Amino acid sequence: MVVQSAAEAITYPAVGAELDIEGVSHAFDIDGATLPVLDNVNLSIAPGEFVALLGPSGCGKSTLLRLVAGLEKPRTGALREDEVRITGPHPSRVVVFQDPTLFPWRTVWDNVALGLEAQGILKAQRHRVDAVIDLVGLSSFRNAYPHQLSGGMAQRVALARALVNDPKILVLDEPLGKLDSLTRIAMQSELVALWQRKGFTTLLVTHDVEEALVLANRVIVLSDRPARIKADIAVARPYPRHRGDPYLAELRKQILGLLGLEATW
Amino acid sequence: MSTYSVSDTAAAAAPRTAVTFSNLSGSYGVGLAASLVWLAFGLSCLYWPDVGDWSRTGSLGIGAIVIAAFILFGTFSADYLGGAGQALRKRAPWLVAFGAFVTLWEVATAKFAWLPLPFFPPPQAILEVYTDDLPKLLDSVFASIKLQLGGYIIGATVGFITGVSIGWSQKIGYWVHPVLRFIGPLPATAWLPIAFFTFPSSWSASTFLIALATGFPVTVLTWSGVASVSSAYYDVARTLGARPSFLVLKVAIPAALPHVFVGLFMGLGSSFAVLVVAEMIGVKAGLGWYLQWAQGWAAYANMYAALIVMSLLCSGAITLLFRTRDRLLVWQKGVVKW
Repeated sequence: MVVQSAAEAITYPAVGAELDIEGVSHAFDIDGATLPVLDNVNLSIAPGEFVALLGPSGCGKSTLLRLVAGLEKPRTGALREDEVRITGPHPSRVVVFQDPTLFPWRTVWDNVALGLEAQGILKAQRHRVDAVIDLVGLSSFRNAYPHQLSGGMAQRVALARALVNDPKILVLDEPLGKLDSLTRIAMQSELVALWQRKGFTTLLVTHDVEEALVLANRVIVLSDRPARIKADIAVARPYPRHRGDPYLAELRKQILGLLGLEATW
Repeated sequence: MSTYSVSDTAAAAAPRTAVTFSNLSGSYGVGLAASLVWLAFGLSCLYWPDVGDWSRTGSLGIGAIVIAAFILFGTFSADYLGGAGQALRKRAPWLVAFGAFVTLWEVATAKFAWLPLPFFPPPQAILEVYTDDLPKLLDSVFASIKLQLGGYIIGATVGFITGVSIGWSQKIGYWVHPVLRFIGPLPATAWLPIAFFTFPSSWSASTFLIALATGFPVTVLTWSGVASVSSAYYDVARTLGARPSFLVLKVAIPAALPHVFVGLFMGLGSSFAVLVVAEMIGVKAGLGWYLQWAQGWAAYANMYAALIVMSLLCSGAITLLFRTRDRLLVWQKGVVKW
């Protein structure tokens, strides 16, 4: 057990930022009616932690991510990155969406360079683009256009486009949701390796319980809309994790129970 | 098997260049046929007397025989001519068809006068226009290009900027949209009578009308292009630190470009119509004016000659636009090849 905690300690370098979600509630106005989406969510994420958000479809997980990214402002409550209130998008908090949403008119290289270009620092930092394309293993595709890529490759480009900014918080909105199961398993290991190497804080939305347990330190289970935190479960297992691990199997059963799906187990 | 080759040594090295009886009907056959058709056309000009008096019949015949010789040479040495040889081989059926058409035209007009004569001049009469009336025709071509280019560039630029503005800003859209709906659908030619006395010169009036005809489709399609850009693109760019100017210039405009080119294409078509009408009515230069002038003198050959030039110019303009599009939009799949 001592060895295990030492391994865990290595995965928390100081690069990641602390993320605090304090009493956040949010709602949408649809045809004059108010639809509550988030109900008093409180969550504190330590620097370098890998947190998975699990919840039923349409419960407001993605809305929470949009608030973290700064794409929307919460109706009440506040979100803070390293004690600083989040008021808008910032390249230190980058989102990888379920669809790669690569710009079809840009090559792989130009897509990855997007963040540096938008911040006006591309000319001096071109090597970072090359380095991160190598990191995700797409060196031979840097001049390809998005329509020439497979789904897994496109999602790798989207990941590279996020990582090139050296984010302190990486926000993942079901990034592997549309990939085939083999590509998915391969990319889960890559994601863990990247996170261990770079040390950013990671917030992953998924509706795949197994994925959450294989990847995260901590799994947050959300209720139906409006989302509240139902459970906060620590996954104290070293990496690489094995899908057949009885400890993970037990947690999975527990989580499916929380989601009202125990009958399927 | 009896085989004779164009070049004995080359045939041994490259057997596909050997001309056998069987491939005379294949890849070489069509080229040979094209050459024969053009030769027939040439000979009919030279040795079959015309029913009328046309001074260029002899030159046309010699020209046709030169074309026949070129086709013959090209057909049998296509393998050594690279891309040009392949292009010739691909177009050989068209050379047959076109040669047959001009021969038929020649016979039906100059030889038998089956078609009533001043209205349907023979090919040599049109050739005569190109040789004898060249300066006037060229002046008209330049005048048309100048007018068209000026109006089109102004219209496309204004249309593009307006389209981006109303697609991006609701405030600008509030003011511009009703004006656009009121004025846009009006055919630009409807403004002709007003434009010619409100503008200081017929040239500026025509430029305005061409710009108007171009501007409307460009505006509407640019606008719809900008408005239909997926909000996910903006979300991605914003989380990466993009400012509003970046969102317009590097996200909205590139994403809207396929629509913009449809607008530019439609604007080009409608501006051609305005150009010709404006030249026929008010401007004292250009191909439209030339057509009108030729009609006044019952110079039918000049009208056909001008029409052919006009068709080549319009087609050339559209080709240029599509080439530009293909270069700018290489990222698009399955675009129409013009």
